[in-house]
Amino acid sequence: MSDAVTMLRRNFRHTLRNPGSVIMTIGMPVVLLLLFVGVLGGALNAGLGTAAHGGDYIDYVVAGVLLMTVGYGASTTAMAVNRDMTSGIIARFRTMAISRASVLTGHVIGSTARTVFSTALVVGVALLLGFRPAADPVRWLAAVGLVALLALALSWLAVAVGLLARTAEGTSPFVLVVQLLPFLSSAFVSPDSMSAPVRWFAAYEPFTPIIDTLRGLLLGTPINDSGVAALAWCVVLALAGYLWARALFRRDPSR
Amino acid sequence: MTSAPSRSAIAVTGLRKSFGDKVVLDGIDLDVREGTTFSLLGPNGAGKTTAVRILSTLIGFDGGQARIAGHDLAEEPDAVRAAIGVTGQFSAVDDLLTGEENLVLMADLHHLGRAEGGRRAAELLDRFDLTEAATKLASTYSGGMRRRLDLAMTLVGDPRVIFLDEPTTGLDPRSRRMMWQTIRELVASGVTIFLTTQYLEEADELADRIAVLDRGKLVAVGTPEELKRGVPGGHVRLRFGDAAGLDAAARALGDVSRDDEALTLQVPSDGGVPALRALLDRLERAAIEVDELSVHTPDLDDVFFALTGHPSAAKEAVR
Repeated sequence: MSDAVTMLRRNFRHTLRNPGSVIMTIGMPVVLLLLFVGVLGGALNAGLGTAAHGGDYIDYVVAGVLLMTVGYGASTTAMAVNRDMTSGIIARFRTMAISRASVLTGHVIGSTARTVFSTALVVGVALLLGFRPAADPVRWLAAVGLVALLALALSWLAVAVGLLARTAEGTSPFVLVVQLLPFLSSAFVSPDSMSAPVRWFAAYEPFTPIIDTLRGLLLGTPINDSGVAALAWCVVLALAGYLWARALFRRDPSR
Repeated sequence: MTSAPSRSAIAVTGLRKSFGDKVVLDGIDLDVREGTTFSLLGPNGAGKTTAVRILSTLIGFDGGQARIAGHDLAEEPDAVRAAIGVTGQFSAVDDLLTGEENLVLMADLHHLGRAEGGRRAAELLDRFDLTEAATKLASTYSGGMRRRLDLAMTLVGDPRVIFLDEPTTGLDPRSRRMMWQTIRELVASGVTIFLTTQYLEEADELADRIAVLDRGKLVAVGTPEELKRGVPGGHVRLRFGDAAGLDAAARALGDVSRDDEALTLQVPSDGGVPALRALLDRLERAAIEVDELSVHTPDLDDVFFALTGHPSAAKEAVR
């Protein structure tokens, strides 16, 4: 356990040394926020109808942007793990009598904490831009919990991707998927307006129920069965990422 | 050279490893005594790094047995890890940490405690001439500094057996000398060194015993002197000003190999003073002028060639 704490400390120090990664994690969602609210929002909002949310497009879009923030955070983690792997420092840790998974645990906990911090900053920016959530403290707590759980899930997946990729460029498919999936979900527009195959995809992909739940929590609107689906997806993704990462880490690094 | 009977630090029998169909280690036996330097010598791709990765618990093996510092490699990998230190071919330092933080990280992972860890880090920084750069990020370090930091990190845990995988590859001559000096000091303090190198000079310089690895098999094991003894290759090289001188000398000396283009002759010789004097006397009697004379004692390159039938990689290609 103390080894994991040491690794976590290493991870935080990396974040402080390399603020660029955090700035990117926050900067991209803020740019998206500005783009969607300031440029596209008016037109998109007209197509949404006011039933699903309070009325302002920013209230609708924040949940999706927060999810993208989590995705960017995970992408950073995938690259960090990959750097550790290719630089040989993981090989060094493996030849030491320390808890084997501690380096991965350090990455996951560090990544989750960093991502929750980033999303808090993005929420701050959204508030400045006119985001008016209607959540009570319990719903706020639930929203933070959901973001943290999603961050944990995507972090484990990111660790696995970082271990799998031979180079930093090799993590880009993960980055692409994480960035693309929100567009094919209820993040920016209602799936009802999409073409039939995309609507079908959006209905069953993990990010839609997660975004719907997050939006419901923030705006105080009904969540229905999205909540269960969101939790189930997060748990499944976390477990899959964890098992995958563990298997990759145990594998002979015979390259 | 330690001649007193000592225990085995590394004992390997019949070690085998394949990657797919490719046999990388084809049954090697090694016995390294405590407190000595052992060098595994071989060209690129001979299997040196694979041997280090197996013995340092990084990867598994397919057959054979190995005991490191008295612990079975397969059964007690954690006990082996607690006894060893590894410095690989490419420096495994954390670029986003300073030199000092890298060492403290290692101290934390060895559970040394804050005060003891700080003391150990300061001592190693001083020993490896890194005190001035202690608070700079490792990413700003030169190649030689990174290698020193890497070795310093390995020493934080006071390992009894240290694996050094090509520790001086790519270093400038001065850094290489420093590394050699450090290795000698470590051995003097009782540590066992397992060193791989493709530099024959390095093995000659440092090792008590050398094993020559070629295509996954050990083709020779012994002290540097044992390996060099009896291997042909000692000669005197004479260079002449013109072809006439070369011809005359070739006639006077008889059994020599000549190179008409370079105007040189190679005369087999042990390189000793009496032999040289006799050779020069014969040339003087024949009134032949020699432009240049150089003595070549058999080196490990000759050994390598004699053992494997092909030159070492270091000679084939300079990296």
